[in-house]
Amino acid sequence: MIDRIERLGRATLDVIGAIGRAGLFLVQSIFCLPSREGFYLWIRQMHFVGVMSVAIVLVSGVFIGMVLALQGFTILVEFGADEALGQMVALSLVRELAPVVAALLFAGRAGSALTAEIGLMKATEQLTSMEMIGVDPLRRIVAPRLWAGFVSLPILTVIFGVVGIWGGHLVGVDWLGVYDGSYWSNMQDSVDFVDDVLNGMVKSLVFGLVVTWIAVFQGYDLVPTSEGISRATTRTVVYASLAVLGLDFVLTALMFGDFG
Amino acid sequence: MKRNRFLELGVGLFMLAGILGLVFLGLRVSGLGVGVPNDTFTVTANFANIGGLRQNAKVTMSGVRVGKVTSIQLDPKWFDAKVTMEIDADYDGKLSDDTAAAILTSGLLGEQYIGLTPGGSPDMLHDGSVIHDTQQALVLEELIQQFVSNMAK
Amino acid sequence: MDDPIMVEVKNLHFARGNSEIFRGVDLKIPLGKITAIMGPSGTGKTTLLKLIGGQLVPDQGQILIDGQDVHQLSRRSLFKLRRRMGMLFQSGALFSDLDVFENVAFPLRVHTDLPNAMIRDIVLMKLQAVGLRGARHLMPSELSGGMARRVALARAVALDPDLVLYDEPFVGQDPISMGVLVQLIKKVNLALGLTAIVVSHDIKETLTIADYVYIIADGKVMAHGTPQTLDVNDDAHVKQFVHGEPDGPVPFHYPAPAFFDDILAPAGQLS
Repeated sequence: MIDRIERLGRATLDVIGAIGRAGLFLVQSIFCLPSREGFYLWIRQMHFVGVMSVAIVLVSGVFIGMVLALQGFTILVEFGADEALGQMVALSLVRELAPVVAALLFAGRAGSALTAEIGLMKATEQLTSMEMIGVDPLRRIVAPRLWAGFVSLPILTVIFGVVGIWGGHLVGVDWLGVYDGSYWSNMQDSVDFVDDVLNGMVKSLVFGLVVTWIAVFQGYDLVPTSEGISRATTRTVVYASLAVLGLDFVLTALMFGDFG
Repeated sequence: MKRNRFLELGVGLFMLAGILGLVFLGLRVSGLGVGVPNDTFTVTANFANIGGLRQNAKVTMSGVRVGKVTSIQLDPKWFDAKVTMEIDADYDGKLSDDTAAAILTSGLLGEQYIGLTPGGSPDMLHDGSVIHDTQQALVLEELIQQFVSNMAK
Repeated sequence: MDDPIMVEVKNLHFARGNSEIFRGVDLKIPLGKITAIMGPSGTGKTTLLKLIGGQLVPDQGQILIDGQDVHQLSRRSLFKLRRRMGMLFQSGALFSDLDVFENVAFPLRVHTDLPNAMIRDIVLMKLQAVGLRGARHLMPSELSGGMARRVALARAVALDPDLVLYDEPFVGQDPISMGVLVQLIKKVNLALGLTAIVVSHDIKETLTIADYVYIIADGKVMAHGTPQTLDVNDDAHVKQFVHGEPDGPVPFHYPAPAFFDDILAPAGQLS
């Protein structure tokens, strides 16, 4: 019994310690002064983190939009409200699915790659040797990646939303025969730019920061062995996905849960 | 650090796609107007019951969209709903002041909107005018109740 | 030992978790010489280099480099001091996203404002010294282990440091690249007149280039002297290590109950 309590206490302390380390890590790396060189490093990471994730986001966005239209149509047509399809597709995409699904895909595609990359640098002593040369790895390695993730995810989310709405149009209008004009006009009547689109953007900014933060921290903090890298990569995907889903609930409650 | 044109181009396109996408979401999806803000005029109407009418609902005349609802408030004087709507400036001075406003439903359970019916008065509606002839929303429960009590007679 | 002292370690204590790694180590590294620090695996030789480089902080004791206490320096002065140090890591630790040329140029770009043409000259000079001028456009992933270490050596001396730390430079090398590395370390040292600390457990190779040797075991300095004096040292521990005898004071067997008892243990007590 005592043993169990002791173990619980130690685990709690470990978790609190890790959160503290992660927080310090974020603060130290995010406030790095931008320089000319830093800008090129950032561009490079934008390529690896953002541009390389476009393909998966495009494909998933189209399919999610198509499925939404198909499912939505079968439900709405029962109430004779099938012209509200555009509204349903756009609202669910812009508010929820685009930020969340894009963040989950991002965690799987870019997050795991970031963890593995930084972990490998740590395991091959690149981080230590950089420090010995007199360059802060937080500044040179971590900061450009953090900023790239923070900027990339909202862009990916927008792309996801746009192709999703297009996919919904493809199925709803071109295939199932919803009138094109009511698809768009219903959408325009119900979607509000600030309440829906910008709130979705705020979500994806938060997700971008959190997912990249978890990914680079897991890479920086891992045990530098091959087993450690594979474990940290898994942890990145699991923690980042849970964080995205949990935060999504909190943010949704704050933004749309105006029950007053 | 060597620069890589190809890489920069890719990132540039990526960010451009993001901005264009946001513009698309703004204009096409949320229907934000790009025109000058004063190309509409505002009228208000009081309804006994607005049912499920929401902000941004469309305002139509003969089924054609002419404007949208901008705000819905409770009028503390009469305890009815004061609905403010923006009508396209094209119709400023062309709708008579006895125009009727009704809250209609698209489909059986669809979205609610306002339908305007023109009147015959020589005086016209202007910015800030009030529509007096209003018809409240049909509430399904009330209809059913009416139907049931009629049956009982 | 009358030479001037470059690095002095005084009464160093360091523990990681519950295991004590150093329990009072004293070292004097003479200026302009190659000093080897040897010992069995797991005695914390790499840790010692990290302590000298200021990446770890000792629990007790001091490390003086050129008279300055490494762990009392501000972050800024520490980075300034590190500019005078080069370190060659076990794995080479080349930056995997830069090619060979950029790897060697990295310290120059970070610490100097030299024009590109001059950086190019310096880098080519250093690469020429390690015989890899022709490989400057290769990426680290395209290099063999020995080549990677030679590039890392070129990078470590790019800023013409006063002190170079070698962490296990010979581990896992085939005889040819081992010979090349031994040659190079000796040559670079003579040419630049720098102070070198070589941490290794490859006795034969290390003894051929070292001017002075420290042997560390059990968290303490067990013996020190020139290679010649160590070779004839009579201490059982030193003898076992220097001559690579499989059994001696450091036992061949992991602690266990007597073999006979273990074999005949009653069935119920098998573990």
